[in-house]
Amino acid sequence: MPAPTIDHTLDEVLNLAASHFKVPREKLTPDDDFFKTLGIDSLQALDLLTRLERHFRIELPDYELQGVSDFRTLANRIQARL
Amino acid sequence: MLDLRQYASLGAALKDALERWPNETCLIEADRDREKLRLTYSDFKTMARPLCRALEDADFKAGDRAAIIMTNQSKWLISAYSIFFCGGVLVPLDYKLTAAEHLQLLAHSKARFLVVEYYLWRAITQSPEFAKLTTEIVLVTEAPAGADLRGAYRWEEFKRKGEPLFVARQREDTACIVYSSGTGGRPKGCVLTHDSYLEQCASLTAWYPFWPGVRYLSILPTNHAIDFMVGFIGPFICGACVVHLRTLRPEFVRDAFVRYRITYVSLVPMVLKNLERGLRAKFDELKPRKRWVLDRLIGMNKMLTRGRSRVELSRRLLPQVHKAFGGELRALIVGGAFTDPSTLQFFYDLGIPVACGYGLTEACTAVTLNDLKPFRADTVGKPLPGTEVRVLNPDSDGIGEVVVRSRAVMSHYLEDPEQTAQTIVEGWLLTGDLGRFDVNGHGHLQLFGRKKNMIVTAGGKNIYPEDIEAVFDGLPVKEFSVFAANYLWPPKTLGHEMLVLVVRLEENQQFDGRLCDDRLRDEIVARNRRLADFKRVGGYLLWEKDFPRTAALKIKRGELAAEIGSVATRAGVVGV
Repeated sequence: MPAPTIDHTLDEVLNLAASHFKVPREKLTPDDDFFKTLGIDSLQALDLLTRLERHFRIELPDYELQGVSDFRTLANRIQARL
Repeated sequence: MLDLRQYASLGAALKDALERWPNETCLIEADRDREKLRLTYSDFKTMARPLCRALEDADFKAGDRAAIIMTNQSKWLISAYSIFFCGGVLVPLDYKLTAAEHLQLLAHSKARFLVVEYYLWRAITQSPEFAKLTTEIVLVTEAPAGADLRGAYRWEEFKRKGEPLFVARQREDTACIVYSSGTGGRPKGCVLTHDSYLEQCASLTAWYPFWPGVRYLSILPTNHAIDFMVGFIGPFICGACVVHLRTLRPEFVRDAFVRYRITYVSLVPMVLKNLERGLRAKFDELKPRKRWVLDRLIGMNKMLTRGRSRVELSRRLLPQVHKAFGGELRALIVGGAFTDPSTLQFFYDLGIPVACGYGLTEACTAVTLNDLKPFRADTVGKPLPGTEVRVLNPDSDGIGEVVVRSRAVMSHYLEDPEQTAQTIVEGWLLTGDLGRFDVNGHGHLQLFGRKKNMIVTAGGKNIYPEDIEAVFDGLPVKEFSVFAANYLWPPKTLGHEMLVLVVRLEENQQFDGRLCDDRLRDEIVARNRRLADFKRVGGYLLWEKDFPRTAALKIKRGELAAEIGSVATRAGVVGV
């Protein structure tokens, strides 16, 4: 099966973040600072990462999230491991 | 535990610890739910020996500085032990800093050696400043096969055969240089002696002893003063076991409590809050009848533990809660930043004692700690044995600057006599924190804010405004400065801290009331994003007067802050 496109991955990331933190999907945009938009701390961001890993069936070390604060970069990191 | 009075250095004490408990487990390393390594004290010695020999062969001498930039793992402790064994000075750096910041601190500390994890080394080598690196020997851990290490050695291969020679140090010699602030402004490298650590370790373990069989979960970064002491030196000199997790994912942290039947853990408030959130969510999912029973049991436990903590009894009353923490947890140790008293109370009411403390890198690890006799959620505890604490120039409420004197206090800031002279006055460390001793006369310290222009995040990080100003250099405005909001408007409470960018526009720059033009706002937002998430400013304030400056054109920060504080209000800050 071909790997999904980055746009598709990004869309999935936004959907999962919205559902995980129970916020309307339309409130989230790719370049949002997710710490600010979702009002979360770094541990809650790690929780989201776990959910994303399960969804995409990959494993991302914690350091992949270091310095990442927007959905687009996060999706790129995931895409690189698909 | 070892009698620390007999030892002149950390190296000597740790060396004896490895001999004293050869068959006890000293380290467990797990990644998620996979255990990767388990070492006895004897195994630890076997792993450290070839590294010590290789350091000797590399001409590592007494007093040489060696930095470590790594996440928590066994190689951190093995490297630190080997550095002390060879008489070196350890420079533990925060792995969450950027590569440019790592390079600045390596240069400032004049570290000859560096032990670094591969992914962090890769970032350092890609930095434009990499060419300026003066560190002579770099050991990289866990590098993939075939990776270009840019002249560094593989940690795993840096070993020699034979018996290394232990290098003795004296109590007054430097053991560590620990940076208590970032890099953009003036790095504050706290120079701590072997005496500081040995004294601090003796007083902490007098209140919270470890022993063989104790399992300490190490999740705060080991470079942080708390974990270095409580997650390395303390357990080792008592024959206890340190459990390292290679991830901070809350679900795996929760699993680790159960899998390894953790006895103690140190946390920053952010992690404690996360655990509280998880438990509250679980409680809310209970059916009404079960919830009713739980609430009654919590009420009963609260009543029975009012005077003192009774962990065994609490375990029987609330077995499910305690099982979730492995069933053998004796205390959560929390410090590093302001902790909401309601969070502390929440855990105590469940029968999980939370020892809240107060400390600063300049004072080694801790100044005060709650001894749970009785538990207090509204204080940071009592001064540790051997530590004198006073409140300087108290106001009518008894609140003044907290000052500390003890052998654990640092000797000085590295290469900064001016800052040292401002911070240590006649043997007293001026903490810059505002506090008072509780009115009931129980000797508990309460904190009320800060005199310093800085914030401490819930993750326990000190952020100095000067350190982050560089990111706004070139902002198209006349001038700007960053302040801690609580420094501008002292609230007499702790918590809810944020940084504020104060902006003075050019004469012809237009703005509409509080809202600046969008381009400027976008620029501020974009630049703010270049900072690590915990370092970002929370908002900006437009200021309509020129900043006061010295003859050398430096901003008079204190004067400007006082003026802003008296004229503007917090409500004038526009969030970004």
